[in-house]
Amino acid sequence: MASKYESLVRAPLVDGTKTYHQVTEDIVRPIEAPPTRSWWIGFIISVILLLFGVYSIYREVTYGVGQWNLNKTIGWGWDITNFVWWVGIGHAGTLISAILLLFRQGWRTGVNRAAEAMTIFAVMCAGQFPIWHMGRVWMAFFVLPYPNTRGPLWVNFNSPLLWDVFAISTYFTVSLLFWYSGLIPDLATIRDRAKLKWRKKMYGVLSFGWTGSTKHWQRHESLSLVLAGLSTPLVLSVHTIVSFDFATSVIPGWHTTIFPPYFVAGAIFSGFAMVQTLLLVTRKVLKLEDYITMEHIEVMNKVIVLTGSIVGIAYLTELFISWYGANKYENWAFFQNRLNLLSPYGWSYWLMMGCNVISPQIFWFRKMRRNIVVTFFMSVIVNIGMWFERFVIIVTSIYRDYIPSSWATYYRPTIWEVGFYLGTFGLFFTCYFLFSKFFPVIAIAEIKHILKKSGESYKQKAVAVEAKDTDEYFHETQHAHH
Amino acid sequence: MAVKKFVVACFDEEDVLFKAVKQVRKAGYKLHDVYTPMPIHGLDTAMGLRDTSLHTAGFVYGITGTTIALSSISWIFTKDWPLNIGGKPHLALPAWIPITFEFTVLMAAVGMVLTFCYLCQLAPFVKKHHFHLRATDDKFVMVIECNGKTNDAEVSSFLSAAGGTEVNIQHAETGWWLGTYDKEQKLIADKTETVTA
Repeated sequence: MASKYESLVRAPLVDGTKTYHQVTEDIVRPIEAPPTRSWWIGFIISVILLLFGVYSIYREVTYGVGQWNLNKTIGWGWDITNFVWWVGIGHAGTLISAILLLFRQGWRTGVNRAAEAMTIFAVMCAGQFPIWHMGRVWMAFFVLPYPNTRGPLWVNFNSPLLWDVFAISTYFTVSLLFWYSGLIPDLATIRDRAKLKWRKKMYGVLSFGWTGSTKHWQRHESLSLVLAGLSTPLVLSVHTIVSFDFATSVIPGWHTTIFPPYFVAGAIFSGFAMVQTLLLVTRKVLKLEDYITMEHIEVMNKVIVLTGSIVGIAYLTELFISWYGANKYENWAFFQNRLNLLSPYGWSYWLMMGCNVISPQIFWFRKMRRNIVVTFFMSVIVNIGMWFERFVIIVTSIYRDYIPSSWATYYRPTIWEVGFYLGTFGLFFTCYFLFSKFFPVIAIAEIKHILKKSGESYKQKAVAVEAKDTDEYFHETQHAHH
Repeated sequence: MAVKKFVVACFDEEDVLFKAVKQVRKAGYKLHDVYTPMPIHGLDTAMGLRDTSLHTAGFVYGITGTTIALSSISWIFTKDWPLNIGGKPHLALPAWIPITFEFTVLMAAVGMVLTFCYLCQLAPFVKKHHFHLRATDDKFVMVIECNGKTNDAEVSSFLSAAGGTEVNIQHAETGWWLGTYDKEQKLIADKTETVTA
């Protein structure tokens, strides 16, 4: 065994008796098999949703933002809520692939590929909202700073909205590069097993002529490590900057210094919930239970209860500071517009509290963390809660501001606003279905890399090692090296 | 690039592979490469490869990004288009940190990936010779380069003795060419150079 010794205290990351070849077989099998009936049903539903979204956007572009129920003072409604929600979901993918790589968390290997894909699709969905919200979308390129004939007319580098442009586009590009560079060796694996002509051609083009040379692997490892190192501050910066969109304004309810860490924690919270939703279905449908094990589910539930509680503390801190700050507008925003259940949007605040803070507490119990039905249900609840968090922050802060005469009428979305949101679900799931059909949902090479360290059948060999005393073990391993 | 002659052997276990690499280097054969389905830590050092400087390139791209972002924003906001925002200073450094940071990361990441692809000669429609198709599945494929003086029968038996299986001799193009993997392509080089095994 070339691998290092790993303690038996840690549960195996790969169940069953696997060889390297078996790993390839298990993960590539669904790609080589024809799509199943349920795949087609899911895919078609997604495409229909996507088309409905396209039509909703078509209405919005043709007739203007008036197709939405935004009004004065609610200039941001569902659109920006959805934007923040999708960006937040993306964060878990980068956390798993980058931060957990730096922390040397072995369990990330089972879930990182799908989580990174989820990040990319979620950021694609998020990007739609600010772009189409511009109204005159054909002017969207005005947000890019380049020497032009309109002056020189430059963008405002001091504006958080421009920081957002840079943050989201960088985040998307870096995530895509990180994901794809990891995919190249796995695509080469599929290419070299392919029997069908089109598959050889397609994966041949996609795998960039990867051979598996040791020198290339050495560079690949270096690239992954540095990209992980870059993505770690990047992912924290992205949601920080998104929170600046609100925090740097002087709107009561938005003007809060706690926003950056609170948004980042919330992003990871909702992202992990989305990873659970996707992977619980994926592992079942693609029969990957040996790779995405109960351990993975449990550890992600631990992250959910941790970040959910951080978010809970942030909610309470906000309330405390608004009381302690004794600013009457701030007080009004928090205690009247939000906390008061009988106020027009009071229900949304308590829905948020219930979904995000109270319900995830059941994950303190091991039995609940390891229950698939509960986990799936909770993952959906958490994402509903996190959607309402953004809705509460945005809408309850602006629908009743300083002057009662400008208080808005009750805001509810039009069908086209809802349609746009459903359309991004369509985009997200269309992409995810295509991904799970054509790309390996688990990083094949990375699983092989940890197999002899953390695979169940290899770990059994460590039982004998565990029984030995230190001197004996040391003597043996020293001997083996000469 | 040129067509060269190689002796190829497959290995199934990392332990055997590491020992074989050591033996091959000791015997003085020219180790062309070892192709593996996943990264194997320590194999590069065992083969005597030097460390990659890709991360240094990443650092250089990063500071290039920082410099470009900071210098362009300060030029734009102080010289080209000074904008009076509530009488605040034109040189608003703290407000430029987010964009500077994002641009640094963007440049470092894009630059590194492009450099990686250039160094490893990876691109769509690039095709290379693959010594063994299971090198991306479960085999560790060791390739020894032959020169005029190499006795390939001796190398073959040496590799078998070292634990290699499926030992064979291949004539292969060492570089890349444009092509797709669905068809066998005769290279121009193949036509001109006919080498008998």
